[in-house]
Amino acid sequence: MEHTIFLLALPFLSFLLVGLLGTCLKPKVAGLVGTLSIAAVAVLAYVTAFLYFTAGRGADGAFATLMPYNFTWLPLTETLKIEMGILLDPISVMMLVVISTVSLMVHIYSFGYMDGERGFQRYYAFLSLFTMSMLGLVVATNIFQMYVFWELVGVSSYLLIGFYYKKPEAIAASKKAFIVTRFADLGFLIGILIYGYYAGTFTFTPQAQVLAAAGTMMPLALGLMFVGGAGKSAMFPLHIWLPDAMEGPTPVSALIHAATMVVAGVYLVARMFPLFIGYGPEVLHLTAYVGAFTALFAAVVACVQTDIKRVLAFSTISQIGFMIVALGVCTSADPHAGGLGYMASMFHLFTHAMFKALLFLCAGAIIHAVHSNEMAAMGGLRKYMPVTHATFLIACLAIAGIPPFSGFFSKDEILAACFQFAPWMGVLMTFIAGLTAFYMFRLYYNIFWAKPYDAAQAGGHTPHEAPKSMTIPLVFLAAVTCVAGFIPFGHFVSSDGQAYDIHLSLPVALTSVVVALVAIGLATWMYKGAAQPVADRLATTFKGLHHAAYRRFYIDEVYQFITHKIIFRCISTPIAWFDRHVVDGFMNSLAWVTNAASVRIRGLQSGNIQTYTMVFLGGALLLVVILLLF
Amino acid sequence: MNFLSLFVLVPLLMMLGLWVARNVNQVRGVMVAGASALLVLAVTLAVLYLRERAGGATAEMLFTASHVWYAPLNIHYAVGVDGISVVMLLLSAIIVFTGVFASWKMQMLTKEFFMWFCLLSVGVFGFFISVDLFTMFMFYEVALIPMYLLIGVWGSGRKEYSAMKLTLMLMGGSAFILMGILGIYYGAGATTMSLTELARIHIPVEWQRIFFPLTFIGFGVLGALFPFHTWSPDGHASAPTAVSMLHAGVLMKLGGYGCFRIAIYLMPEAAKEQAWIFLILTGIGVVYGAFSACVQKDLKYINAYSSVSHCSLVLFAILMMTQTSSTGAVLQMLSHGLMTALFFAIIGMIYGRTHTRDIREMSGLMQVMPFLSVCYVIAGLANLGLPGFSGFIAEMTIFVGSFEVNDVFHRTLTIIATTSIVITAVYILRLVGKVLYGTVGNPAHLQLTDATWDERLPLIVLIVAIAGLGLMPWGFSHIISDSVLPVISQLAR
Repeated sequence: MEHTIFLLALPFLSFLLVGLLGTCLKPKVAGLVGTLSIAAVAVLAYVTAFLYFTAGRGADGAFATLMPYNFTWLPLTETLKIEMGILLDPISVMMLVVISTVSLMVHIYSFGYMDGERGFQRYYAFLSLFTMSMLGLVVATNIFQMYVFWELVGVSSYLLIGFYYKKPEAIAASKKAFIVTRFADLGFLIGILIYGYYAGTFTFTPQAQVLAAAGTMMPLALGLMFVGGAGKSAMFPLHIWLPDAMEGPTPVSALIHAATMVVAGVYLVARMFPLFIGYGPEVLHLTAYVGAFTALFAAVVACVQTDIKRVLAFSTISQIGFMIVALGVCTSADPHAGGLGYMASMFHLFTHAMFKALLFLCAGAIIHAVHSNEMAAMGGLRKYMPVTHATFLIACLAIAGIPPFSGFFSKDEILAACFQFAPWMGVLMTFIAGLTAFYMFRLYYNIFWAKPYDAAQAGGHTPHEAPKSMTIPLVFLAAVTCVAGFIPFGHFVSSDGQAYDIHLSLPVALTSVVVALVAIGLATWMYKGAAQPVADRLATTFKGLHHAAYRRFYIDEVYQFITHKIIFRCISTPIAWFDRHVVDGFMNSLAWVTNAASVRIRGLQSGNIQTYTMVFLGGALLLVVILLLF
Repeated sequence: MNFLSLFVLVPLLMMLGLWVARNVNQVRGVMVAGASALLVLAVTLAVLYLRERAGGATAEMLFTASHVWYAPLNIHYAVGVDGISVVMLLLSAIIVFTGVFASWKMQMLTKEFFMWFCLLSVGVFGFFISVDLFTMFMFYEVALIPMYLLIGVWGSGRKEYSAMKLTLMLMGGSAFILMGILGIYYGAGATTMSLTELARIHIPVEWQRIFFPLTFIGFGVLGALFPFHTWSPDGHASAPTAVSMLHAGVLMKLGGYGCFRIAIYLMPEAAKEQAWIFLILTGIGVVYGAFSACVQKDLKYINAYSSVSHCSLVLFAILMMTQTSSTGAVLQMLSHGLMTALFFAIIGMIYGRTHTRDIREMSGLMQVMPFLSVCYVIAGLANLGLPGFSGFIAEMTIFVGSFEVNDVFHRTLTIIATTSIVITAVYILRLVGKVLYGTVGNPAHLQLTDATWDERLPLIVLIVAIAGLGLMPWGFSHIISDSVLPVISQLAR
């Protein structure tokens, strides 16, 4: 497995090469360098996965955990050190496949999408940087390495969201994304500090007796780490950066803000899963509640957004909520007794990465064709863009949970896990699954059906199908979405490492399919036609709710209030004033007093001999008197 | 003669060379030759030092030499280096080298400017090679005086005010230091001024209680100890580019170095007793500096307050008194020195073009000067502690080291200090968003040109150093960690 080093080295070299040469390279050459290196990474990742999963199971029935590289990067204390290395276990190998596949598709797609953009080279350099960081994150051998790459994906995301750096919205969005996630990372960092101190190591496998002695510190550390995960994975109330992050180029949204980086929080919880189960099950359940609320909240908001990328963004938040819930409802490490959610979560992560990337890439093709993000500018596009239409429909069916598409299988496992945990959780998640189907088909109909496309309104511009470089990735991902459900995922990944046979639980599957079909039917009834009387009537009847949901329940206003009013107005400005006027004023007044005092007494040094003589005589006289008296 | 003395001799020779130089080209020639020689010397020293250590040298100071200077007070010209001073010398050499290029286009009184610049270097290098208290103090003073003229004559804005303020406050600090040094000398029995020998003598605790705070505050003034930091924003804002670089990059490190090497090393009992007071002050400084930076409007003020925050973190880590946190403190000195020099260099170059440092009057510079802007973004990301750059290494070492101290007071302060990573992100991104991104607001700025070769060179050198330290930290961490051990074992005594 020594070749795995190239998984990180190739994108890094491509980043350096493209980044340093920059505009010296022709755009096409830069794109080619980036794409070829990622293609090589993808091949390597498939080879790794093949070798890893065919190597057979160990004596304990689980796949071995390999560590082909691990070296001390930064020694800290006698026991603590930051190591850098590569860790291969079922979930990291699975993530390698996901990341390299989606990244490769996005690289190819971007040839068409970003064609002629200024800064093409920069774009590919950042994509390489991101891919390197994300791969480094998933193969981390210890929590601190994860944090290092965690920060690097954060900055790649910042750079890519702000790719159109002349647009004020893009600047604001990138800033917001970075600061919100950094705030969450503060929790992550403190969690790591606590973990390192009490576990005596940064690795994922501390000694049990050390942990047992840590007492309540371990749940605290795990909880704080989850705060970091919640920031990256856009859990309520730290989700606010993700919808704005859609200001970045659409392929970037597909790669970073749908398929890979935003699931880092899920991956973090999965990575720390044995510790969560062993030392903080209550924290784990807390994550389930956070995830469930987020899933519901985001699904409701997604129902009323009109910007197609925003709908998809909220849908992503909602789906990540599903993954977190699946992990959170686990009560043991045994998949047959309460540990099913772990496998379900990873499965959903895998299938969601594919179909959500597909949805975003389709959205990119649509935006490319109509030059707008707004649903109002679309409608009737199915005639103009057949490939995009077909692939988008497949992805919608997958996310809605219709068999035989991949989303059905993974979502079914999640719902089964929820019902095992508590019936109300299962009911709630099924309801959210129904909402998902509803808003996705609302989106689908508004883009491809509804009113016929009005070319006159768009300035005589007729939409056209995207070029080959863009449709090939769409078709590929759609194909994956069709077949991925049949992968015996439990044989590769499960909470205790043993092979687990996925068997559909018929009541759960039936209910969810029925709910999804009803929701789709509802969406068809409401949104298929050119006029949408039902939808309009609902919007006016529930005006307050509709408006609140449209404004995303005013969470962004709260954020604005905190940053602008509190941090700048109430903390920074008074501190800066205090510094200039009190601290510095004190120093200045010292100088002034010294100066004033010297002005007062400088009369003594007049240079006048008579005065000096008088003072001298007076002083002498005084001394004589004193001496005589005492 | 010990070869360490070359660090003092080379700048002196440079002054001689400048004196005979007849035109700007000769001045530049002398400066480049001298600065390169210093850089080579520093690298050679680092290599030799590592070889000696690898060869099993265990003495605290290596390459020592001592000559009697003034026998009645036991003052020696004594030199010697350990890992910390090697790192500091390397930092100083890099900053001097890049500073020369950053003032390439100095128009007014070029020769005189560089002569003072060299004298400043004499003081800085002399301070780091000395192991005799009095010699250290003398070099410290040598480094301070030229600052007054460099800012007062070649500065900008309210330069006389700033120069006077800076000099007076630092002189006040050195009065404290002098008292502290005399206290240490007499408290230890008036037999030696040598650092290593003093460390073996126990100074009565009653003496320590008086002279520790004097020494610590004295050096702390230079190390931006809250509330004695206010010389820094004005001083940096008025100073010419190279002087800002040298001052924030190296001179402020003299403060941290002195606090660690003299105050804590020689007076450990009092240090342990009184650390909590200074921990609170530095803890305030870390957050306070960062918050103040959020609302500044002048590029240099933003960086000056950012320096206050980062330098407070140095003192904070020193006061945590664990081996890891002290290692982190030295790494932070190194890292902050490189980063802040990079910042000041870029700000100077931007100011040279736009003739303003007000962030409200600039926008969209990325389009007109991409090279400078990209360097600025890199400097900003390094400053906010991005992994891969030196700031991350230093901060993480400090945080992990500080967290080792297991009580509520220290833990609380550590957590407060960690919040600075978020606030730093706020002011850096605000700045980047306002000044570099967006569209060009002032049409006159469209005519501006990007960096020339003499400007690119120092930026590239600094970025390579920052990234090198950030990507391969283990070597530096190792050298420093071994060298802070004597101080830490002194504390455990």
